[in-house]
Amino acid sequence: MQTFDLEAQGLRALNSTLHAQADTTNQTQWKIVNPKGSHAIAVGLDAPIEVNIKGSTGYYCAGMNKQATVHVHGSVGPGTAENMMSGMVVVEGDASQYAGATGHGGTLIIKGNASSRCGISMKGIDIIVHGNIGHMSAFMAQSGNLVVCGDAGEALGDSLYEAKLFVRGSVKSLGADCIEKEMRPEHVTLLEELLERGGCNAKASEFKRYGSARQLYNFNIDNAY
Amino acid sequence: MCGIVGLFLKDTALEPQLGDMLTDMLITMTDRGPDSAGIAIYGDETTGNAKLTVQSNTPETSFDKLDNDLRKRIKGKVSMSVKDTHAVLSLQADQVAIARDVLAEIRPDVRIMSHGSTLEIYKEVGLPKDVADRFDIRQMSGTHGIGHTRMATESAVTTMGAHPFNTGIDQCLVHNGSLSNHNSLRRKLRRLGVHIATENDTEVGAAYLTWKMQTGSTLGEALTSSLDDLDGFFTFVVGTKDGFGVVRDPIACKPAVMAETDQYVAFGSEYRALVNLPGIEGAKVWEPEPATVYFWSHNAAPTAQEKAA
Repeated sequence: MQTFDLEAQGLRALNSTLHAQADTTNQTQWKIVNPKGSHAIAVGLDAPIEVNIKGSTGYYCAGMNKQATVHVHGSVGPGTAENMMSGMVVVEGDASQYAGATGHGGTLIIKGNASSRCGISMKGIDIIVHGNIGHMSAFMAQSGNLVVCGDAGEALGDSLYEAKLFVRGSVKSLGADCIEKEMRPEHVTLLEELLERGGCNAKASEFKRYGSARQLYNFNIDNAY
Repeated sequence: MCGIVGLFLKDTALEPQLGDMLTDMLITMTDRGPDSAGIAIYGDETTGNAKLTVQSNTPETSFDKLDNDLRKRIKGKVSMSVKDTHAVLSLQADQVAIARDVLAEIRPDVRIMSHGSTLEIYKEVGLPKDVADRFDIRQMSGTHGIGHTRMATESAVTTMGAHPFNTGIDQCLVHNGSLSNHNSLRRKLRRLGVHIATENDTEVGAAYLTWKMQTGSTLGEALTSSLDDLDGFFTFVVGTKDGFGVVRDPIACKPAVMAETDQYVAFGSEYRALVNLPGIEGAKVWEPEPATVYFWSHNAAPTAQEKAA
């Protein structure tokens, strides 16, 4: 286990040290202490390492992640795991706005609540939230899965493409072109796997599925002002 | 971008450290707003007295014998304490209106930053650290306070464009965001006789709240109607004599983090601003909901809609 004191050693030293870890590194376990809400912690990682952050982080933690597992033992600021490609990011606390935005792959697990715009423009990432999510989540989400064990805020899935949204609790309102869809056996199977991956204490049968009505895909003169 | 910090103390033992704690929080927010900074502190109250915090770009001449000159004209008690470009004038509460008129006549270059019984506002152009040093904010005690670091987007970097803005007696406003309908709203308010000095968007927001309250709204009602009447992005923090309030626009893209312990309620644009507060590890930390008015007051538990602010 390598321990890094962010307050003493600084952000640039941390990220360059983590970037220097190759596929074959033997230093696979990292612990970061004193994050103190700093920005851009553990961004751009590309190695099969596990990074444990002991405390809360600021903007853009674990952005652009590839391969690595980043585990935040606290809450995270805006833009966490933004544009993730692969690997896993686990947040023990809450996440601020646009968590997992534009993510192409990998898994983001938020054990508390996520704020507004969670999974905005997601492109293949799986996002599993144990609590609630805020307004405008999954706006223009293209692919991947968003699982919410709690409630969803206003305008869920506005202008949605082909991402699949599963919500156990209430949905305050659905965004344009987002509708409730039938839970077929393949969706139950997919959701069961996601719930297990996310460590959620919930049954797939308790969820509803939401997706695109596909009415905004092509230009429609009736939608013009 | 801009940075906001706020600290409302429940534990009176922390009151002597209010200025010190707020200064640390303010300096942490420097990279959200390095061009100007300001702080509103709610300190001691003397019954029957009012405080006018005034500012001048030429304090050596403007503040020279200002207390004497004012005393002669209003024929009442006046005392003055000068801090750099600001001075706090203490006078009888019932003489504030005449003092304002006299000030405009005898010191036309002196600008009034705030009026209140406990509120003092200090703000200037410059790095937050330097602004806090100039006014010796660290040494100030009080029950609660609000700070702002500014990165100007809508108007010039000037003292009068810095925050907080005084909206009424013992009330102030700070803003992170930008209002997009401030020109039309300024014209409307000016037609109604409201005085607005600058081209700054937040001053219009402050004038709007003042006008709403002068025409019968409580602060809570004024903030609620601001959600309909103000266009643009905002996280507002308002200071009142008893506490502070928070409201975010419905889109809520301007950040806000709150923390509460048995000792305090704290506000920060980012969690970073809160990390050195005592007991933060065990604090309840959350983001205020969009389009929801929050108040914390020494008079009551948190309420979504305080009616008598």
